[in-house]
Amino acid sequence: MKILSFLLLLAGWFLVLSSLVLLSTPPSRASFIFAGIGVEILGLIFLFRSHAIPRDEKG
Amino acid sequence: MPAPGLTEIAMIACLLCIFLVPLAGAGLALINTGLGRSHSAAHMMMSSISVLSVAGLVFFFCGFAWEGFIGSPAHVLNVSGKGWSMIAAQPLFFRRLAFDGSAGSLSALLQIFCVGLAAIIALGSGADRWRLRASCLSAAALAGWTYPLFAHWVWGGGWLAQLGSNYGLGHGFIDVGGASTIQVLGGLTALSVTWILGPRRGKYSADGMAPAIPGHNAVLVMLGCLLSLVGWLGLNSAGAILFMGVQPAGTVLIAVNTILGAAAAALTAALITKIRFGKPDASLCANGWVGGLVASSASCAFVIPAEAVVIGSIAGAVVTFAVEWFELGLEVDDPAGAISVHAVGGIWGLLAVGLFARFHSSVLNISGPAATAGGLASDSWQWLAQLVGVATLLGFVLPFTYGINWLLNRIYPYRVSVEGERQGLDLHELGAGAYPEFVTHTEDFLPR
Repeated sequence: MKILSFLLLLAGWFLVLSSLVLLSTPPSRASFIFAGIGVEILGLIFLFRSHAIPRDEKG
Repeated sequence: MPAPGLTEIAMIACLLCIFLVPLAGAGLALINTGLGRSHSAAHMMMSSISVLSVAGLVFFFCGFAWEGFIGSPAHVLNVSGKGWSMIAAQPLFFRRLAFDGSAGSLSALLQIFCVGLAAIIALGSGADRWRLRASCLSAAALAGWTYPLFAHWVWGGGWLAQLGSNYGLGHGFIDVGGASTIQVLGGLTALSVTWILGPRRGKYSADGMAPAIPGHNAVLVMLGCLLSLVGWLGLNSAGAILFMGVQPAGTVLIAVNTILGAAAAALTAALITKIRFGKPDASLCANGWVGGLVASSASCAFVIPAEAVVIGSIAGAVVTFAVEWFELGLEVDDPAGAISVHAVGGIWGLLAVGLFARFHSSVLNISGPAATAGGLASDSWQWLAQLVGVATLLGFVLPFTYGINWLLNRIYPYRVSVEGERQGLDLHELGAGAYPEFVTHTEDFLPR
């Protein structure tokens, strides 16, 4: 799950970078950048969940 | 002799501001110490001095060679006809750097302190359980790789600074005083270290409770806040002159905005805690204060004071709720609240540039370094450049710093032993406590 989370973070960043390279107008770039950040947020959610402390390790 | 792009008065003003920056480090060290436990207080101060030293030396050895400064040689990647400056190509050990008040030498001096500041941030999250040598190793990695790479992209004329000239996104990614390069980077390192270390023993119980482990000295925390303010005044002003080409007269606005941002944030935190808990909470007010300083760093040169108050107020609120959310909702044990203050507060500050900043030529010297790196076409789409910077922090810096710290932890375990944690890091790692006269006699508490 951790690896998947980091891959999602990187994938989101590459989406943002590719918007700069592949698209020409700022409005179209904006939609790609929002999509990239959305993927990053998904990666962050998974990352926090993968670091949740198991119940038997608490205490 | 002032370098091209810096007048003599700008050079002197910049130098004086840089001399204030170590106070920010001292302030953060005191805050981290005060919010930690008494049996690890000396260890925290010792760790702060150690990571400052290690970070400064590693930055001298190789960090500055990768980071460079605006106009220095760099490795440029050609992407669809646009040059993306990826990493500087300076010689190691500050060679070929003239220490004559040039922009390069001032940049090197400022960033010796900046990289130490970024390294100290993570210490607060690892309080009471992070070994001294491990924290030095982490600081070395930060100063040698993570910081120089990202700082080059933002302050060294790298691809983030070029977003304006290459792709018409405002003036490129703008960060006046290091909200991204120092604060968010340090905060994300703190998050990585917290995950790798795990929570302090007894912090989270099996029944779902998370007992508060209060800091041991609120006076240290508050003194740290006041010292940080002075350091931040220097940091924001020096960064603005050096990296944005702001004229020395513009530092008045920067100082006013910095103070107002911190004040608004602290009062917002006090108000929120008063409403929620009945009384203002000292540690959360301190977190709010520093959060306001952090948020002010990104935009302080380009907003009016009323906007600085709004930015600070929102930072105070965001940081206050984020501290609780991280501790109770996400079960991230961050004793100093470094992740909320520096990462969350910093990201808000960066986004606020896109929402509020206006780039007046009366403040900004348009022939300065920022113009060379980012272009000064128009203010439109500035918010998009800020989003690209934030996406880079989350999508590249977080995995990168986590990976480095994970690897270092495999080689040299970060966490102190169970016995060391019970005993306290002062006695376990240093052999002496911070408060030797504070002896608890168990028999004092027994009925006579």
